Amino acid sequence: MATQSAVNNTETPVFLAKEEPHAPSSTMLGFWIYLMSDCLIFAVLFATHGVLGRNYAGGPGPQDLFDLPLVAVNTSMLLFSSITYGFAMLAMDKNNLRGTLGWLAVTGLFGVAFVGLELYEFAHLIAEGAGPQRSGFLTSFFTLVGTHGLHVTCGIIWLITLMVQVGKYGLGEANKRRLMCLSLFWHFLDVIWIGVFSFVYLMGVLG
Amino acid sequence: MSSNTDLLKLIFGRLSLDSIPYHEPILIVTFIGVAFGGLVVLGGITYFGKWGYLWREWVTSVDHKKIGIMYMILGVIMLLRGFADALMMRAQQAMAFGGNEGFLPPHHYDQIFTAHGVIMIFFVAMPFVTGLMNFVVPLQIGARDVSFPFLNNFSFWMTTAGAVVIMISLFIGEFARTGWLAYPPVSDIIHSPGVGVDYYIWGLQIAGLGTLLSGVNLIATIVKMRAPGMSMMKMPVFSWTALCTNILIVASFPVLTAVLALLTLDRYVGTHFFTNDMGGNVMMYVNLIWIWGHPEVYILILPCFGIFSEVVSTFCRKRLFGYSSMVYATVVITILSYLVWLHHFFTMGSGASVNAFFGITTMIISIPTGAKMFNWLFTMYKGRIRFDVPMLWTVGFMLTFVIGGMTGVLLAVPPADFVLHNSLFLIAHFHNVIIGGVVFGVFAGINFWFPKAFGFKLDPFWGKMSFWFWFIGFYFAFMPLYVLGLMGVTRRLNHFDDPSLHIWFIIAAFGAVLIAVGIGSFLMQLFVSIKNREKLRDVTGDPWDARTLEWSTSSPPPEYNFAFTPVVYDHDAWWDMKQRGFTRPTEGFKPIHMPKSTGAGAILAGLAIVFGFAMIWYIWWLAIVAFVAMVAVAIGHSFNYDRDFHIPKEQVVKTEDARTRLLAKKA
Repeated sequence: MATQSAVNNTETPVFLAKEEPHAPSSTMLGFWIYLMSDCLIFAVLFATHGVLGRNYAGGPGPQDLFDLPLVAVNTSMLLFSSITYGFAMLAMDKNNLRGTLGWLAVTGLFGVAFVGLELYEFAHLIAEGAGPQRSGFLTSFFTLVGTHGLHVTCGIIWLITLMVQVGKYGLGEANKRRLMCLSLFWHFLDVIWIGVFSFVYLMGVLG
Repeated sequence: MSSNTDLLKLIFGRLSLDSIPYHEPILIVTFIGVAFGGLVVLGGITYFGKWGYLWREWVTSVDHKKIGIMYMILGVIMLLRGFADALMMRAQQAMAFGGNEGFLPPHHYDQIFTAHGVIMIFFVAMPFVTGLMNFVVPLQIGARDVSFPFLNNFSFWMTTAGAVVIMISLFIGEFARTGWLAYPPVSDIIHSPGVGVDYYIWGLQIAGLGTLLSGVNLIATIVKMRAPGMSMMKMPVFSWTALCTNILIVASFPVLTAVLALLTLDRYVGTHFFTNDMGGNVMMYVNLIWIWGHPEVYILILPCFGIFSEVVSTFCRKRLFGYSSMVYATVVITILSYLVWLHHFFTMGSGASVNAFFGITTMIISIPTGAKMFNWLFTMYKGRIRFDVPMLWTVGFMLTFVIGGMTGVLLAVPPADFVLHNSLFLIAHFHNVIIGGVVFGVFAGINFWFPKAFGFKLDPFWGKMSFWFWFIGFYFAFMPLYVLGLMGVTRRLNHFDDPSLHIWFIIAAFGAVLIAVGIGSFLMQLFVSIKNREKLRDVTGDPWDARTLEWSTSSPPPEYNFAFTPVVYDHDAWWDMKQRGFTRPTEGFKPIHMPKSTGAGAILAGLAIVFGFAMIWYIWWLAIVAFVAMVAVAIGHSFNYDRDFHIPKEQVVKTEDARTRLLAKKA
């Protein structure tokens, strides 16, 4: 409406803002765009697994290798960590510093458990002679799952850094924004893992 | 003895004295030249005591204008390197016939054509378009800076770090001999056991991170920081093309990152992504790299389309014909650029249906591009055309690009492509569109926005010299390659036997010399313009009587860009302001909120160079140290919460009053 009246008016319209317009923070948008670019990296890895996933080169296949109960436990670790991160955010909304830090710590522990179980699985496979150099299938499997694990590891380092910062500087605007970003990152990794669990492990074992 | 060697290996990895190519006279002379030039520059900076100034005002600056200018400087420097490679190739091919072997043995020639392609795309064209977007977009949308100023500085230094890694390969070790996309199996560890491909991988990974982050940054800037009233469909066309380009960057560079990482694993860990045995698939690499590679060429050309749009409407003194069709054409090209990658390897043998699909999508791209061409023509129609230098480049582009586009449509026909694939016809085609489109666009942009960046125009005489030598030189250099391609000559050869081909290579070499004169004229233009800057000075801030917001502020703009944020009612906001009697306020200024400078970006990029170098030479301890240091610096930087400040009112008043006095003096 304001624009319309200004155009129809023969007087010189107001060409300069009297008050500095309040620029909304672009961080969430920017971080979201970054996550989508990260998502593309996983898309490439999924596609590669789609192409190479059955090239066993005479070596073991998913049915011989995957220990589904272990993967199920591992998956639950990551899913629980997403829930506890949600509790941390709820506590943050109530400006409950101790609650936020507590739930973040629980989240981090679940994350560590996840990465630990994954490393155990990897070590086990390599010891069996089913390392990433064995076949195209194992190459793409280790890379896809390993890239996810690397992301979770980065997430844990970030989480620890943020816990220190929140502990030191409290729940100011900047720290809340950072917690929101990490929250997006953490849940994003959860979503990716559901893809890994379904397409790599379950469909792999189904054959 | 052997424990001694082990120790040396532990400390230096693959690096040894033999890695220095002191038996190559060309490289020794180049090194002496570079070392001498470098010493003169460093000595000059020290002599004039400018280190502090450079660090405070440029290296650590988060000002998008300074970062944009630094990108352009990087582009010019790397253009000289990339063009030196081109001259050597042209000279070799003009000489090496029959008994004459020329002056470049195959292993050197192969490095040169690889380096030429990599440098021209990643470190010339990309910095140029990123630099122009960085400088212009915030000004054009009426913003004070980009969304993430620190990230912008970091992106620039990472791009530079990638360039440095590539340049190191000139004097320590070797560069890849694989061609600019490093297809396996030739790039795998068996066929390329040296450091060349590793230089390629790490140089591109480091620069690619910078490019990706700068893409995120500019998207957020354009979406979130437009001046009040500037709806998407009132945004200048250059900003629109910048938005689409950055969307393409974010949606394609991760694919490059991923595919290069997979190649890295194959080379370093012995995995089987792209091997011929053990279940690998070489064509996966070719598909993935072109899923990045095709959007990449649109990343380069779209902003140039934007530049031409701004130039045409300014120098024809008309509103751009068909603004919305221009926007939709840009968006359509953005989308279609993802659906054509397979046309780079129709010969893969994917079958008639697949080839037909990609052939048709490729041809469809010519429709929105043609629409743009007509929009520019109709803008010129009945316009009052001024043939200043930017307009010359634009007209030269329109002629040249149409030819390149038509040969492109020809190559899009799969049966024709089977004949022309990998031939010099293809080389002629892509130089036709990249030089005719991107290079001409960048020069149009430099001539157009230079007065905005520095407050004085570029010298028109040398500008015209540069244009004509480039323009004519291009035709001499590349039309013969079309002929040779149709005669069946394939690319990347360093020696020929058939004497009937010779004359065409001599003509092409002559064309390259003309282009060299064109580049020389451009450097001369810079030199003469700086010398005569008082005569070429523009105090109005609007030397071309232009249309968009960047021309509403002073030249060079103050660090805060606009004393007051502009309010937009129409396309061509500044033209609208001029038409409706806008007067510049001389009082009522307020303090302005701005981001603070930081050295973290340059430090991280420096560590990235060390990390890349260590990975290339298998110096594992150094790689670990550099990586841990990078993580530590990044975390340390995140503890800095004090990232902005207010420019005090007095300083704004001082800056603006100085401009008021200048304008009054002129009037």
